[in-house]
Amino acid sequence: MNEQKKSNTQDYLVEIDGLKKWFPVQKSIIDQILAGKLEHVRAVDGVSFNIRRGEAFGLAGESGSGKTTIGRLAIGLETATEGTVKFDGIEINKIPKEELRKLRRRMQVIFQDPMASLNPRMTLGSSVTEGLRIHYPESKADHRDMVLSIFDKVGLTPPLFFYNKFPHQISGGQRQRVVIARALITKPDLVLADEPIAMADVSVRAQLLDLMVQLKNEFNLTYLFITHDLATAKYICDRIGVLYLGRMAEMGDLREVYGHPLHPYTRALMAAVPVPDPTLRRTQPMPEGEIPNPINPPSGCRFHPRCPVARDACSVEEPQLRELRAGHQVACHYAEQFL
Amino acid sequence: MSAKGELLLEIRDMTVTYHTRLGPVSAVDHISFDIRRGEILGLVGESGCGKSTMGKALMRMLPPPTEITAKHMLFDGQDIMKYSAAQLRDFRGRRISMIFQDPMTSLNPVQRVDEHLTEAIEVHEPDYKKNTGMERIKKMIEKLGIQTNRLASYPHQLSGGMRQRVMIGLGLVNNADLIIGDEPTTSLDVIVEAKLVDQMRDIRNDFGVTLLIISHNIALVAEMADRVAVMYAGHIVELGEAVAVFANPLHPYTYGLLKAVPNIKLDDTEELYKMAGEPPNLSRPPSGCRFHPRCPKALPICSKYEPEFLNVTNDRQVKCWLYQNHPEKTTPTLKVTA
Repeated sequence: MNEQKKSNTQDYLVEIDGLKKWFPVQKSIIDQILAGKLEHVRAVDGVSFNIRRGEAFGLAGESGSGKTTIGRLAIGLETATEGTVKFDGIEINKIPKEELRKLRRRMQVIFQDPMASLNPRMTLGSSVTEGLRIHYPESKADHRDMVLSIFDKVGLTPPLFFYNKFPHQISGGQRQRVVIARALITKPDLVLADEPIAMADVSVRAQLLDLMVQLKNEFNLTYLFITHDLATAKYICDRIGVLYLGRMAEMGDLREVYGHPLHPYTRALMAAVPVPDPTLRRTQPMPEGEIPNPINPPSGCRFHPRCPVARDACSVEEPQLRELRAGHQVACHYAEQFL
Repeated sequence: MSAKGELLLEIRDMTVTYHTRLGPVSAVDHISFDIRRGEILGLVGESGCGKSTMGKALMRMLPPPTEITAKHMLFDGQDIMKYSAAQLRDFRGRRISMIFQDPMTSLNPVQRVDEHLTEAIEVHEPDYKKNTGMERIKKMIEKLGIQTNRLASYPHQLSGGMRQRVMIGLGLVNNADLIIGDEPTTSLDVIVEAKLVDQMRDIRNDFGVTLLIISHNIALVAEMADRVAVMYAGHIVELGEAVAVFANPLHPYTYGLLKAVPNIKLDDTEELYKMAGEPPNLSRPPSGCRFHPRCPKALPICSKYEPEFLNVTNDRQVKCWLYQNHPEKTTPTLKVTA
């Protein structure tokens, strides 16, 4: 058993087990007394997965599926209501704040909107140096060279040209490159990328995706890649988890999941993604309704009110993830029909 | 209503100029094109290419100091450019209606759905009677796939897709000829978006309305448009039947854009095409063809002169020197067969 634990810790950089995050709904005092108990938004409601070292793990889902909250929990920006998050074998909710701060050097973030991520009054050079000042104060003399070298790596060339510029003076694609540079300057192991290219134009997206893949290989990074766009995930992720209303619906190797989607929700999502070819227009109908309220999620399987193959049992018993194909788990009672 | 396929809107030489601190910026620069009755025309382009400006300019919705100029803008034979303020007020909403990206900010949060619809009719029909008119509203709303008991709902009680359909309904109750959708599905989740795409196609068929769909999402346009126009830096660079444009893009920008779209199909090539550079700033547009600094097929002439927007086949217009003659051009002009 002990042996097993050890090898797991070596294989996995991030281990997430039974993770829950419930946000209390703000109400007036009178409502609280009348309602009797506090209501919660169940943003994440029992999610488990591991991320191997050097892998790009994708979390995909619609708005309200809990993907961003899981990302924030994974790097300790939120505290879990229940469940554990381990980073390199260390349970991050159990260590003192000071320790967590040190650990943060190894986990960095890239957010969606680069303009909101960069301080408009700081030059690009000083924004990126900030991480070095905090985590590598001893090597102060080398900071400038380190920043220039990372600028070069992310394609901000010539680096000196960008060093003293402000965020508003450069283009959107270049700004996201600065944010990537800032994430990588502390030499992290894990990079959380929350919709990193959603704001970029199509012609710039491909450049940024390519850069992220290239940097991952060069710096031996592990990615937690959060996206609402399944098509984008294809170009960067090794494995993918599909979330629905705070639960994992399906998880596995990306090519396996995309090639043989087993959950009715994943199947609908995949069919819904528009394809840039008018001769291949989708003909099958889409499931009814929209993603329900996470305060009172549907009983049993959360997808059952919208599911085209739901049966009576689906509203009673909540399905658990089970492995139906090698490296491919699905939380659906009746997924066998799609094998 | 007249026959499908005839011209609904004929725009010639339209320019829209914003006056900014950095000087005048022409977000739409000498554009000419047609919209045919009953079609779904998709207008795609990246942010800042002028596609939203164009949508607003079609309703002359850009107040001074922004300037809209055009040789003419014929809507059903009448030149909108010559309309007075009063004529425009009647024209907007009744002949052309517009829906935006976020329906929550377009609908009044303290007005019920039926109040929205009644108001839309009353503005254009002063002698409209509420009690008899309700039948008309109910019929239309049912065709849009909204149950009539939803008429008493407020916008926040509706789902995102339903709100967008109410917005479409505001145009349809007045029998608008053209509905302009500016990123109508962008704020929706992908399954709801797909459903709205289906519904918009049905609405076109049921009501015979013409749709202009403005989007940055080229795959979405491929899903629904009959014809597609591609915009780059204030110009339409290619226009044609959707099937033909996607099968055989002629302009190098269209070609690159199509290759750069992530595709969910696994059998596709794994490499995304990486277009060089980024879209230009329109306050200082590149000389000649505005795409030349990023174009893999650029000729010496491309940086000197701007190509015309010309027919290369009956149904395809392209703005590119590859397909046009010029005395200074040394390479042969490409011929395209339909």
